[in-house]
Amino acid sequence: MLTYTIRRLVLSVPTLLFISLVIFLLLELAPGDPMAQVPLTVPPEVKERMREALGLGEPTHIRFGKWMYQFFVVEPMMLIDHIFGTALAEGQQRVLSWQFRSPVMDVIIQRMPQTLWVVAMSYVVGILIALPIGIYSAYRQYSLFDQAGTFITMVGYSVPPFFSGVLVIVIFSVQLGWLPSIYDTTLEVVDWETFKKQILQMVMPVMVLALQTTAQISRFMRASMLDNLNQDYVRTARAKGLSEWAVVMVHVLRNSMIPVVTVIALGVPYIFGGAIITEQIFKVNGLGQLLITAIQANDLPMVQTVTFMIAVLIVFFNIVADVLYGVLDPRIRYD
Amino acid sequence: MTLKPILLGATALAGFASMAMAERGADGHVNVIYWQAPSIMNPYLSGGTKEIEAASLVIEPLGRYNEKGEMVPYLAEEIPTVENGGVAEDLKSITWKIKPGLKWSDGTAFTATDVKFTADYCMNPEGGCAQLAKFEGVESVEVIDDLTVKVNFADAQPNPYGPFMGGQSPIIQAAQYAECTGARASECAEENFAPIGTGPFKVDEFRPNDVISLSANPEYRDPAKPAFATMTFKGGGDATAAGRAVLETGEFDYAWNLQLAPDVIANMEEAGQGEALAAFGTLVERIEVNLTNPSPDLPEGERATAAHPHPFLTDPDVRKALSMAIDRVLLTEIGYGQAGRPTCDWVPGPDAYAANNTHCLEQDIAGANALLDGAGWIDSDGDGIRDKDGVELSLLFQTSTNAVRQDFQALIKQWWSEIGVETELRNISASVFFGGDPGSPDTFQKFYADVEMYANLFDGTDPQNYLASRTCDKAPRPATQWQGENINRFCDPAYDELVKELGRTAELSKRAEIAIKLNNMITKEQNVIIPLVHRGRVSAKSNTLGGVILNVWDTELWNAADWYRIKE
Repeated sequence: MLTYTIRRLVLSVPTLLFISLVIFLLLELAPGDPMAQVPLTVPPEVKERMREALGLGEPTHIRFGKWMYQFFVVEPMMLIDHIFGTALAEGQQRVLSWQFRSPVMDVIIQRMPQTLWVVAMSYVVGILIALPIGIYSAYRQYSLFDQAGTFITMVGYSVPPFFSGVLVIVIFSVQLGWLPSIYDTTLEVVDWETFKKQILQMVMPVMVLALQTTAQISRFMRASMLDNLNQDYVRTARAKGLSEWAVVMVHVLRNSMIPVVTVIALGVPYIFGGAIITEQIFKVNGLGQLLITAIQANDLPMVQTVTFMIAVLIVFFNIVADVLYGVLDPRIRYD
Repeated sequence: MTLKPILLGATALAGFASMAMAERGADGHVNVIYWQAPSIMNPYLSGGTKEIEAASLVIEPLGRYNEKGEMVPYLAEEIPTVENGGVAEDLKSITWKIKPGLKWSDGTAFTATDVKFTADYCMNPEGGCAQLAKFEGVESVEVIDDLTVKVNFADAQPNPYGPFMGGQSPIIQAAQYAECTGARASECAEENFAPIGTGPFKVDEFRPNDVISLSANPEYRDPAKPAFATMTFKGGGDATAAGRAVLETGEFDYAWNLQLAPDVIANMEEAGQGEALAAFGTLVERIEVNLTNPSPDLPEGERATAAHPHPFLTDPDVRKALSMAIDRVLLTEIGYGQAGRPTCDWVPGPDAYAANNTHCLEQDIAGANALLDGAGWIDSDGDGIRDKDGVELSLLFQTSTNAVRQDFQALIKQWWSEIGVETELRNISASVFFGGDPGSPDTFQKFYADVEMYANLFDGTDPQNYLASRTCDKAPRPATQWQGENINRFCDPAYDELVKELGRTAELSKRAEIAIKLNNMITKEQNVIIPLVHRGRVSAKSNTLGGVILNVWDTELWNAADWYRIKE
């Protein structure tokens, strides 16, 4: 198991290097210009000077090499400096955003809390709602509860957040006036009052996102439970005289969780990608909003870095999912 | 709702308020939302409107334009003119006197050295300054004494108000930016996020593309202002959400530039939390006519250049007919509502320079048909499209991707089909269309189409450079890397001559006369630019926010120092 994990981790290095090259070349080949958002009143010669100041005059391979060095050498040194108070990266050029003219990593770290609060919370809430629904729907297949659950999950699947988000804002912010429609990212939770505010502003984005997670995971849970409920070992367990609770919640659930855990693990990287649309609607301004505004502004260093970090997480959680598979199911051991 | 009563009301209230509560920070907190989030607080490194507006709360120029487009002194004692001796008789220099006793928000004195430093900072060739055009023609900036600074121009400048005037060229602190000049300009993240300024507010925290927390500047020159102790400047989202936050839920006090359908704004206003304000600058949505042949059969490098005149758009009657067939009133109603008005002018304002033509406001399909018949363009082969000498009136019409523009394209295509002109429509992503990449065939400068639609405007209140953009030498062509502002490749020696005359004239009424003549040559007489809609700015404020005067000639936050809370 350990050798397998190590082998996978080592193999992921060339994969990631290849991914970073592909991202860079795709961005390079894509049409667009970081000066496109500058008003037309700024003359072309001035724009040309601005492009040069951004380092756009250099050839592609040099810029890629620079980015690699900055991302893999300078940024980790910065992190070490930050933790141990050393000065390894002093005077070194960091990955700079073209929009902000400031280090990309600083902005990403600044955006992390919002995204974790809202998107990660919605993932947890979504899973907590989805699992019981999936289990009970399968146990009482075709019952009223199952039909209702199917209906709700279908709605969750098919209603996009740009509709459901605006709908809840119109109901709860405009009509009822209970919840704020704009997320305050500067709010710091220090006492009960601010905690309450934080909860209030999180309710809508979290629920809108959780609806989608719930829909997806409860369908998986239900299907997986149904596969197992008709197996011979379930009949054996019942014949032994085990209680229904023990049969369903211990025997069936554990076996059914195997594919569901994989799905949950594979979904984790997307938390860090943020929720582009939902973040825009509620002005959460997390990583998703950061990525989309960087794309719109053709801020290539920012897009490159954020996309690559998501790629790293996807590769990593793929490995995690594979390893978890082995842990949960003794039949699958990779050695 | 018109602008006038609001302005009158606001002025009256402002007078009343300054008497009632003359204490800095007495009105607590104000919330402003910009649906495009500012990414930096240094307008010299961005050039984007959102950055210029946000920065204007903190750093100020020597003078600003007010809501009527007139110059008002800010950090200067008065606006220098030839009459008061501030501008030299030969128009080659301008001398600014700074108000005595000004302080930066860190408590140090504001001096002429800071002004000179700002000019040097922007004119540094390695800095990539976005506002370099403001300093065009500047030879040197001299410090005469602590409170006097003189700008020397290489040639006579009839409009010497480029540097240090308006939101685009505010003064930055020399002490703070000393280490940030030239190539190091972009490394000063901390300085660029929190510049030290003289404005009513100072930055407490700047989160790029998200939110700015500001508080009242303790050293602001008027001890009674600003009325607000703190400000939250939130960015991001979309125009609808920003409008909703002010007009419907009342969470925010001010929302910038609501580019929304007219009925959407009207619906939001019904909630009664606030009102929409509109004002008009110089932004004109227009159709540009290509006078060169964009045919793909021509070799690259000659295509769409002066070497090959356009087969039929060089005929002034065809251009005139295209203009006559358009119903500008309907376009305005559909696309912009109260934020637009139909126009026949390329320079629609300020009032002194506006030609106020009305000849095109009424659609005249019959007249256009008669004109084309008379010019010999008839449908000889019976395919519904007019032709002459084997040339068919068939157009490629391109614009950027944008819902309103695509509606306009569809309507105009229909009207042109009624006068026997066939139109093929094309839309291109804005980042490519306006991107200016000389390698791309799809930029608006390269103009590989017969006609194209976009909007443009000029900064400040003087149209000289804008009018000069249609001289022969400004045509985009391979030799200029396809850069240049003369999109039509219009070339008329009489026009060039008149532009030169404008550059030599300083007297305002004479300048206006020439400007109107130039405007008419391009629009009314030659129809190389077909103006459609004079687009305004719509912003929203809550009912409890007072002192707001919407200004399109400078930044919208130009008078944020005068804002206050209206008490019930």
